[in-house]
Amino acid sequence: MPFSLHFSPTPLITGPSPLSKPFFLLPYYHTLHAPKSPLCSSMEHALTHQGKQEAFDRRPEDSQTLPLGLRRDAMPSHVAVIMDGNRRWARLRDLPVRSGYEAGVESLRKIVEICCKWGIKVLSVFAFSSDNWFRPKVEVEFLMSLFERGMQEDTGIFFRENIRISVIGDLTKLPKALQELMVNLEEATKNNTRFQLIVAVSYSGHYDVVQACQRLALKAKCGLIEPSDINVSLMEQELETNCTEFPHPDLLIRTSGEFRISNFMLWQLAYTELFFAQSLWPDFGEAEFLKALLAFQQRQRRYGV
Amino acid sequence: MVTSVPNKVGNYSSTGNGVHKLFFDDITNFLRRCLFRVLSVGPIPTHLAFIMDGNRRYAKKQNLKEGEGHKAGYLALMSLLRYCYELGIKYVTIYAFSIENFKRRPDEVQSLMDLMLEKMEALLMEESIVNQYGIRVCFIGNLRLLSEPVRVAAEKVMKVTSNNSKAMLLVCVAYTASNEIVHAVEGSCKEKEKEFRLCNLNNNVMDDVKEGEKVNGMVVHDIQDFYEDTSVESQGLKQGKGCNGTPYHACESFESNWDQVLTSKASKSGEVSEGFRNLRQEFPVIKLVDIEKHMYMAVAPDPDMLIRSSGESRLSNFLLWQTSNCQLYSPAALWPEIGLSQLVWAILKFQQSHSYLEKKMKQL
Repeated sequence: MPFSLHFSPTPLITGPSPLSKPFFLLPYYHTLHAPKSPLCSSMEHALTHQGKQEAFDRRPEDSQTLPLGLRRDAMPSHVAVIMDGNRRWARLRDLPVRSGYEAGVESLRKIVEICCKWGIKVLSVFAFSSDNWFRPKVEVEFLMSLFERGMQEDTGIFFRENIRISVIGDLTKLPKALQELMVNLEEATKNNTRFQLIVAVSYSGHYDVVQACQRLALKAKCGLIEPSDINVSLMEQELETNCTEFPHPDLLIRTSGEFRISNFMLWQLAYTELFFAQSLWPDFGEAEFLKALLAFQQRQRRYGV
Repeated sequence: MVTSVPNKVGNYSSTGNGVHKLFFDDITNFLRRCLFRVLSVGPIPTHLAFIMDGNRRYAKKQNLKEGEGHKAGYLALMSLLRYCYELGIKYVTIYAFSIENFKRRPDEVQSLMDLMLEKMEALLMEESIVNQYGIRVCFIGNLRLLSEPVRVAAEKVMKVTSNNSKAMLLVCVAYTASNEIVHAVEGSCKEKEKEFRLCNLNNNVMDDVKEGEKVNGMVVHDIQDFYEDTSVESQGLKQGKGCNGTPYHACESFESNWDQVLTSKASKSGEVSEGFRNLRQEFPVIKLVDIEKHMYMAVAPDPDMLIRSSGESRLSNFLLWQTSNCQLYSPAALWPEIGLSQLVWAILKFQQSHSYLEKKMKQL
C-alpha cells in the first residue's frame, strides 16, 4: 500500500498509530534527502511526487473524535514542550547520543501529528537552548545537521498538512545554511493556517526579554516611543512569540522528571499550567500526552486573581 | 511555682499543664534541631521562595470565615520562617499579594490589607521574629499601588530592619513578574538613553572634558551619579549587588552578536535601512546585567527552589525572571497546613537534584 503520512481519523488511546511510520520509510524520502539542496527545489520534488491532490486533502478537526475523557472545548490552544531526556535514553540503551536525538525527532513528529488531530493550534518545542552551545562541539554540530535534515525532509509534509513553521531564538549563531533554510521555511509556510510549530533554537527566556528590551530602547532612541510608555503590551509586541496568535502556552510539558523551566519562555509562562512527565522524551507518546491533557483539563485556572 | 510561658502563637498557659507543655516543646525543639543537623550534612538551599496558595480553600474546608484562612496562613508562615532560618536558609521570599489580587472582591482585598498592616506592625515589636533572627525585611513590588498606611508601614519596617544582616525576608506585595520586568526594561532603556546622550554630548561639545569640569552646569562626576538607578522605589534601600546566580559565561552565550541579532530581526520585520544600521552601531547595547540590576529582586540571589502549596503547578507570574533554572516543588498541602514535614521533604528533593545539577554543570 502506498505510504502517506495521513493523520488517522481513529485515534488510539495507547501505543502509536499503526498508520504512522518513521519518516525514513516514506517513498519520497530519497528525493528529499538531498543535503543542502535549496528549499525551493525540494519543495517542488515533494509536491510533484506526492501528488498535488494530497495537498488539498484536509480533514476538519471537528469530524475527528477525541480519546475518551478529553473535551474539545477545553483543549489548550498552545502547548509548549521541553523535550528532555534524549541523551539519557540513548545511554540507557548503550547507544550513541545521536541515536537519542534521532529518536527524539521521531517522538516530535508523532506529537505534531497528534496535535493536528486533536485540534491544538500551536506547539512550541525547546529544541536548543542558549546554554546548549556549551555542549561538546561534535554534539552541537550533529544537532545542527539534524535540524537541517529534519526541516528539509519534512518540508513536503508542512505544505501537505498546512503547517506553519516559526523559529525563535538567536539564529545568528547557527550555520549560515541552516539560518537560510529556517528563514525561507518560515516565509514559505507563513500563510499555513491549520497548525503552527514554533521551534526554539538557540533560545532562552532571558534572551527573549533582553532582545525585546533592546528593540524598545532603539525605538525610544528614534522617538517612536518614550521609555515611560513601555508596558506589558509593548513588551509582547517585541518578544519573539509575536509570531503567533497565541503567544502564551496554556500547558507546558517537561519530560524526564526534571522539575524546572530551564530558561524556556519565562515571560510567556506566567499563567501556564505545568506538567512534569517522568518518561524520557523519545518514550513520550500518545498515552503520556493524553495524560498531560487530561490533567490540564481538570485544573482550575484563575490567572492570578 | 508555675510561670506563664508563651507558646508560638503568643498565648499564655498558666496552669500546671504549662510545665508539661514546656517540656514537650523542649523535646520537640531538640528533635527538630537534631533533624536539621542531619539535613545540614548535605547542601542547604541559600534561597527559598514560597507561593502561599490555599488559604481560602482551607477556610472553606474547615468551615471558617474566609479571613480566618488568611490568618491561619500567617501562623503557618511564621512557623515555616523559623524553621528556615534555624536551618540556615539565608533568603526567604514569599508571594504575599499579587497585582492581579486587586481584582478580588473589595472586602477581601481590604481584609488582606488590614491583615498585612497588622502583621507589619507586629514585625516591629521587640520579640518579633526579625529581631530574634536578625532578619532584614524587603517589600518587593510596585508599592505605589498600595494604600498609604500600608506603604508607609512597609517603608518603616524596611528602614528599621535595614541594618540586620543575618538573613533576609523578601515579601512580594503588589507584585507580578511582568510588572517587575517592564519596570526593569523601562529603567534600562532610560539609563542607556542618558548614556547615549552623554556620549554624544561629550563627543560634540567637549573633546577634553576632565573629571571635575562642568558640563551644562553639572560636574561630570555628578552626571555619572545621576545615572544611578533611582527608580527602585519599592526597596527604599541602597541597592545590593545583582548576583543572579547564573554563571556569566552562560549570560554571554547570546550577548556576543547583538549587531547581527538586531540586523536579522530588522530584516525580518522590514526595518532594514542604512539609518537603522548606523543607529544600532552607535547605541549602547543593553545586556542581561543591565536589566537585572533594575529588577526589584536584585537585592537577593535567584531562588534555589520555588515551593507552591496546594498542589497547583504553575508560576502565577511570580519571579519568572529569577526562577529560570530553579527547582519547582508543589506539595499538595494547603498553605495553612504546610509544616516541617513539607519543608524537610523539599530540602531532600533539593539535595537530590543538587548533585545531578552539579554534574551537569561540570559537563557544560
